[in-house]
Amino acid sequence: MKPQSYELHMLLSETPGDEMKDVIIGLEVHVQLNKLRSKLFCSCSTQYHDSEPNMCTCPVCLGLPGALPVINEKAVDSAIKVALALNCNIEEQIMFYRKNYYYPDLVKGFQISQYDYPIAMDGKISIEADGEREIRIKRVHMEEDPGRLIHVGTIDRSRYSLIDYNRSGVALLEVVTEPDLRTPKEARLFLNKLRNILEYLDVFDGSLEGSLRVDANISLAGGARAEIKNISSYKGVEKALLFETVRQKNLVRRGIRVAQETRHYDEVRGITISLRTKEEEKDYRYFPEPDLVPLRIGDRVDDIKRALPELPDAKRQRLVKQYDISDHHAKVLTSELKLANFFERVATKVDANLSATWIADVLKGELNYRGIGIDAFSPEHMIQILQMLKNDKITEKGAVQVIRTILDEGGAPPEIVKRKGLLKIEESIITRAVAEVIKENPAAVKDYHDGKNEALHFLMGQVMKKTHGRADPSMVSKLLKEKL
Amino acid sequence: MITKKDVEHIGWLARIELTEEEKEKFTKQLNSILDYFEKLDEIETDAAPMHHVFGLTNVFRDDVAKKSMSQEDALQNAPKKEKGCFKGPRIV
Amino acid sequence: MNVDGIREMVKSGKSVEEVIQSLFDKIERSKLNAFITLAKEQALEEARRVDKHGAKGMLGAIPIAIKDCISTRGIQTTCGSKILEGYVPPYDAHVIERLKADGAIIIGKTNMDEFAMGSSTETSYFGPTRNPCDLSRVPGGSSGGSAAAVAGGEVPIALGSDTGGSVRCPASFCGVVGLKPTYGLVSRYGLIAYANSLEQIGPFARNVKDVALLLDVIAGYDPRDSTSMDKKCEYTKELRDDVSDVKIGVPKEFFGEGIDEDVEKAVWSGIKVLEDLGASYTEISLPHTKYSLAAYYIIAMSEASSNLARFDGLRYGLRLGKDKDWHTTFSEIRANGFGEEVKRRILLGTYALSAGYYGRYYLKALKVRTLIKRDFEVALKDTSVLITPTMPFPAFKIGEKIGDPLALYLADVNTVPINLAGVPSISVPCGFVGKLPIGMQIIGRHFDEATILRTAHAFERNTGG
Ligand SMILES: [Mg+2]
Ligand SMILES: [Zn+2]
Repeated sequence: MKPQSYELHMLLSETPGDEMKDVIIGLEVHVQLNKLRSKLFCSCSTQYHDSEPNMCTCPVCLGLPGALPVINEKAVDSAIKVALALNCNIEEQIMFYRKNYYYPDLVKGFQISQYDYPIAMDGKISIEADGEREIRIKRVHMEEDPGRLIHVGTIDRSRYSLIDYNRSGVALLEVVTEPDLRTPKEARLFLNKLRNILEYLDVFDGSLEGSLRVDANISLAGGARAEIKNISSYKGVEKALLFETVRQKNLVRRGIRVAQETRHYDEVRGITISLRTKEEEKDYRYFPEPDLVPLRIGDRVDDIKRALPELPDAKRQRLVKQYDISDHHAKVLTSELKLANFFERVATKVDANLSATWIADVLKGELNYRGIGIDAFSPEHMIQILQMLKNDKITEKGAVQVIRTILDEGGAPPEIVKRKGLLKIEESIITRAVAEVIKENPAAVKDYHDGKNEALHFLMGQVMKKTHGRADPSMVSKLLKEKL
Repeated sequence: MITKKDVEHIGWLARIELTEEEKEKFTKQLNSILDYFEKLDEIETDAAPMHHVFGLTNVFRDDVAKKSMSQEDALQNAPKKEKGCFKGPRIV
Repeated sequence: MNVDGIREMVKSGKSVEEVIQSLFDKIERSKLNAFITLAKEQALEEARRVDKHGAKGMLGAIPIAIKDCISTRGIQTTCGSKILEGYVPPYDAHVIERLKADGAIIIGKTNMDEFAMGSSTETSYFGPTRNPCDLSRVPGGSSGGSAAAVAGGEVPIALGSDTGGSVRCPASFCGVVGLKPTYGLVSRYGLIAYANSLEQIGPFARNVKDVALLLDVIAGYDPRDSTSMDKKCEYTKELRDDVSDVKIGVPKEFFGEGIDEDVEKAVWSGIKVLEDLGASYTEISLPHTKYSLAAYYIIAMSEASSNLARFDGLRYGLRLGKDKDWHTTFSEIRANGFGEEVKRRILLGTYALSAGYYGRYYLKALKVRTLIKRDFEVALKDTSVLITPTMPFPAFKIGEKIGDPLALYLADVNTVPINLAGVPSISVPCGFVGKLPIGMQIIGRHFDEATILRTAHAFERNTGG
């Protein structure tokens, strides 16, 4: 076993338990505004994911001498949208600054970012951890994405690096929280909520690789802070923070001081390792980008606010009110904009409560199990299924089978019901079966009249057998009791 | 007054390796030039710092994607390259 | 040899190819070292094409030289630096696109102070350029190659760039006309930045008419430069021979201490010539002038320290043999690729922007810049142009000032306030000290290039220029 894995194993075997409440976590989340067509300062496409390396660059995003940035108007409007959704104060005038530092993924030796006069400050969003918790947003600002470094091997063993600048210049939004998060799980919940909001705003597609990257600051109360850089998956954030919590606690337990440092999260090994620090904050030499002019955005805010779509929290409340469904169902349904839209489409055609249950509990479960999204299922099919259920054409068991069949084999509900013989049989047939069963089993009938309840179960089983399981059990029970 | 140590630090920030001789010389020269810059300490002013000489604001571009350069043009000047990528030094 | 001269030659029966070839013959024999790169093949091919199919545009078949900090697709562009030796831009600067569209033939890239940092063209990695009027002297800088090429008859027109006087200084030292346009009139797209908030590309020629013609071609709005403005007019049409409406302001701070007496005399007699032609003049004051140099150098060096960070040998430019870790690799490349003056300015700029000093240096300089610009606005309310000496003295000897950087910075005293204020300014020859030319600087209102060109033109016509 490798020493790293062993270390990891030892660390994680000591469960942190109650001590978790001492942990202080703040996040700097970089999200790509990847619904934009072009990059932040040039007209190169943001759709580089299927391209060969260095096929989506121009003099601007490759940092060639003499090239100049021009800001994408829609990027600014998107950022304002997000800032509003995060309940921030929007600044009247914003500016871009140069953040000066060297790194091979940075084409100009500086990153165009924001410093004083960022797009927004002082926001908040709520997450549901153990009860509702408010997480304060310190600031939101725009900046350009660097290129992608490919380490040949791992970062600490590689002999050289390869660099692909296709990503260079894509618009990033950096969302910085106050150190309000208390557990790695809360950090994950925060990210889920953030992603949810961004997708509602139609500025972000979180399914694209590298679309969200997180720098996490974590410390134990009173201790020094470690910054874990560039964690690039949602699950990675929770894992990295969990690892780091345990590492810091173990140091404290052994009487060793936690160092203030930058650490790198190794996704493969699931551990954080110390990185030699690059520049410190005070070394960035921020100054206003002279190739861009200030932007007065105050008078655009009202229009954008008016056009803002309904956000997850508001939608959840409305669904509860409008459709009289449970808050739990509303929460599940609004966790994804597409799911909520799916629900509303179905709920206008069939009973809302029935829709909520079948979509939030059954369909969502089947989708999760298969690791696929709601796009894989048509709302028309759901309407057909629920109508058949409602009209007593199929049983609940049958409905589940239809859903599974559509997901696994395809097809349409009526055709599947027919092919698989799922149509619920009529009352007259059940009545006949009940009469036959009573006639054929006098002993059991007697037992029933003597008060032996198991006899009813036996008789029901016989009726089900005769009807090949297609009878509605409640109907069978009702008719049996009547006839006995 | 800036010291040789300051010059070493800014040399590192600017990623320019300096020889001992350069450090000595630049320390002396930088001090005399910075002395001259102190002229600005003479004025007290609450004038707004200039961000564009004519106060231009709100210059934007439409969100339209255009054709990028070819990979060949992008890599044309690269001193070292491999597999369509720029080849850089090791990171750690 | 001016633009009309070239047109005459072609009209009188020479082929464009012959004309261009004769220029290359002259350049190849020249002692000036005005060029870093010649675009011989491309230029001759274009000449042959014109001979076959005819010329197009305002500059049809006119040869032009380009300062080596302006990107030219397919032609090496070095900025006079070792770190960019061999760099061939995959794109054309905006001005190059315009020149090509108007038929100009680019014959080569001219020598300059490394990254435009200097006033003498001595800091070039490719050796100093010599002044055609006296080969032992500097041509001025940083666009020394362009000025010397025009003055030496190697090309009729050329482009330079002017961050703190880099077009006007060499125009003055070499005895040609050079113009720094209003900030925003000419797109900087493709101009390799020294100090973004100060610089403009500007034309050189042997007479005002050709400068106006070249400005007609290169000026105009460009959406790729966020600081570009749509303010152009037709400059050649503005060259009326009438200055009776021109009110000249003479700022007293630009005369006196530190200014060579002969230079002062020549400029005053120039003002008298214009007065005789009907212009009026008053003495005025630009009270914050004494802070210009400090503010200018702080802003320029700070911006430069950041602009030049991209030269790390990864995507283009110098790379040393074996890579080490990235810190060391970058530091060695930059130590090896930059010359001494560039290092000095990067270090100063880095220091001026660093934590704890930003407010004292950079931010303070931006505030002072506001005051200086206000001075010009006030002065130009009641006057239409300001006239000053371009340089405090004529061309000095090569090597004379190289050991004392601060002394060389001080030579820009009359040119840098103009860049800080963003106004346009032209330098026209107005006399000699011995065989060394003197330049007179005519400064105008924002985007009023027309008036300074007209004033310079009237002056030139009435002094036999
Ligand atoms: Mg950032
Ligand atoms: Zn691009």
